[in-house]
Amino acid sequence: MTSLAASPGKSTRRDRVWKNRIFKAAMLFSMLVAFGTLAVLMVDIIITGWPELDRQLFSGPPSTVAEEAGARPAILATIYLGVLVLLLSVPIGVLTAIYLEEYADRTRWWNRLIEVNIQNLAAVPSIVYGILGLAFIVRGIGVGRVVFAGALILTLVVLPTVVVASREAIRAVPDSIRQGAFALGATKWQVIWRQVLPASIPGMATGSILALSRAVGETAPLIMVGAIVYVAFDPTLFGAYTALPVQIYNWTKQPDPTFQTLAAAGAIVLLAIVLSMNAVAIFLRNRYRKQW
Amino acid sequence: MILFLAAAISVLTTVGIVLSLLMPAIEFFREISVVDFLTGTTWAPLFEPGSFGVVPLVVGTFVISFWSALVAFPLGLGVAIYLSEYARPRVAAFLKPVLEILAAIPTVVLGYFALTFVTPLLRDIGIQVEIFNVLAASLVLGVMLIPTVASLSEDAMAAVPRDLRDGGFALGADKLQVSTRIVVPAAISGIIAAFVLAFSRAVGETMIVLIAAGQLPQITFDPRETIETMTAFIGATGNGDVPTGSIEYKTIFAVGLTLFVITLVMNLISIRLVRKFREVYE
Repeated sequence: MTSLAASPGKSTRRDRVWKNRIFKAAMLFSMLVAFGTLAVLMVDIIITGWPELDRQLFSGPPSTVAEEAGARPAILATIYLGVLVLLLSVPIGVLTAIYLEEYADRTRWWNRLIEVNIQNLAAVPSIVYGILGLAFIVRGIGVGRVVFAGALILTLVVLPTVVVASREAIRAVPDSIRQGAFALGATKWQVIWRQVLPASIPGMATGSILALSRAVGETAPLIMVGAIVYVAFDPTLFGAYTALPVQIYNWTKQPDPTFQTLAAAGAIVLLAIVLSMNAVAIFLRNRYRKQW
Repeated sequence: MILFLAAAISVLTTVGIVLSLLMPAIEFFREISVVDFLTGTTWAPLFEPGSFGVVPLVVGTFVISFWSALVAFPLGLGVAIYLSEYARPRVAAFLKPVLEILAAIPTVVLGYFALTFVTPLLRDIGIQVEIFNVLAASLVLGVMLIPTVASLSEDAMAAVPRDLRDGGFALGADKLQVSTRIVVPAAISGIIAAFVLAFSRAVGETMIVLIAAGQLPQITFDPRETIETMTAFIGATGNGDVPTGSIEYKTIFAVGLTLFVITLVMNLISIRLVRKFREVYE
């Protein structure tokens, strides 16, 4: 901090004005790169994919002939995956959050272990979860390369996100609410079930939807647990499948340029799903932001 | 207790990851010595006889991460300083969700964008890149990491007490000096934690590098060339054609274990730094 006192004397007023201008310009450049890339990406993909964004894409199965190829099985499987991930990850995530926030004694080593463990899991590369799935779910237990196996792995990928968001939502409920309920003779479970949970639902919903949007866009773990290239039929829970991101990846790999267009069209659909989920989450967060 | 069981699932996941990586990896290291694996400079597991030196994959991973960090660190920090110190609250409240949208773009879409837009663009402006190259993948990966760096750094800067800034202004400092010499140093451990986490995500990122950086394991520091990262190898090899129990199958786990250990170390550093900076002002 000593340099702070010295430097205003050294530099003239004009120097300072220019330094400030350059710094501001550098910051605006950072903003421009971030938001400009986002804009260019959207425009590029919409322009490229638009010609193939037709009924064929939503109703047809994939094909080796680019002109006839669609993504119906992939889109359906992605919806199945999303629903399954939601059904699996929200109960487990919320229960974990309740345990850590309301019950866990933080002086116990196993509770600290659970906490550090969740923080670390949140940053484990998703492809590593894919390896876990490859070893245990697909080949170990022998479930095979089915929608359910994919959903299990995606659940594990996004579980830390759900837990962290739910914990924050629970933590935001002020203690006075709990104390008041206890004072009225409520049991611990009644306090949690009737006071804490209802108050934290918007926060949990926001976190869960964001986690879900991440699950829907994940590709790497699904490649490992066997979403297959050509699935010409509608997926079932325990049947072979391909998901939309995997379908896009496969189209990207094809040398025929028409497939590149198809990939962009698929990307439009995927972006529409993911970004509308994000919009809902952001809306919920702003709408129900409570001030205690 | 049901609640405890739910919490225990996360621990079981970690145990599962470690076991699923270790068991086949140990079998792998029975056939290939650890020293050969970690120091060998030729990666050709599918050849006969195979060659299993992981160095090209590790170098490829770090080259990609280095270039994307070069993009993400300064730009992410710039965005964070702008949002935290310069932008009016209403502007910041509008821009932050847009940043979240950038963070939400599926990586397969970003990979497609790198391959079909950025690479041709680089060629158009006269940079002679291969079709699959480090540069395009790193640029897009770097931009993808800007929201990670920005939001974590901004959290750290928001935790710096207002008094410190006011003290700086009272001594005659201007906004630039307050931002760069008071706020950034005060938030430095949080900012470094953001850098470490972003770097760890770059190391673990799969789809962008798989699509745009290629699958040619070679040791090169020229960003115009094709390389292969650890994640790209796992993704390209794990998609189903490799028979269980073969040496090629086991390489997935050996490389996966290497990747897991590298990211684990970085994550633990980041978690520790975040905790340290939280203790300062609360």
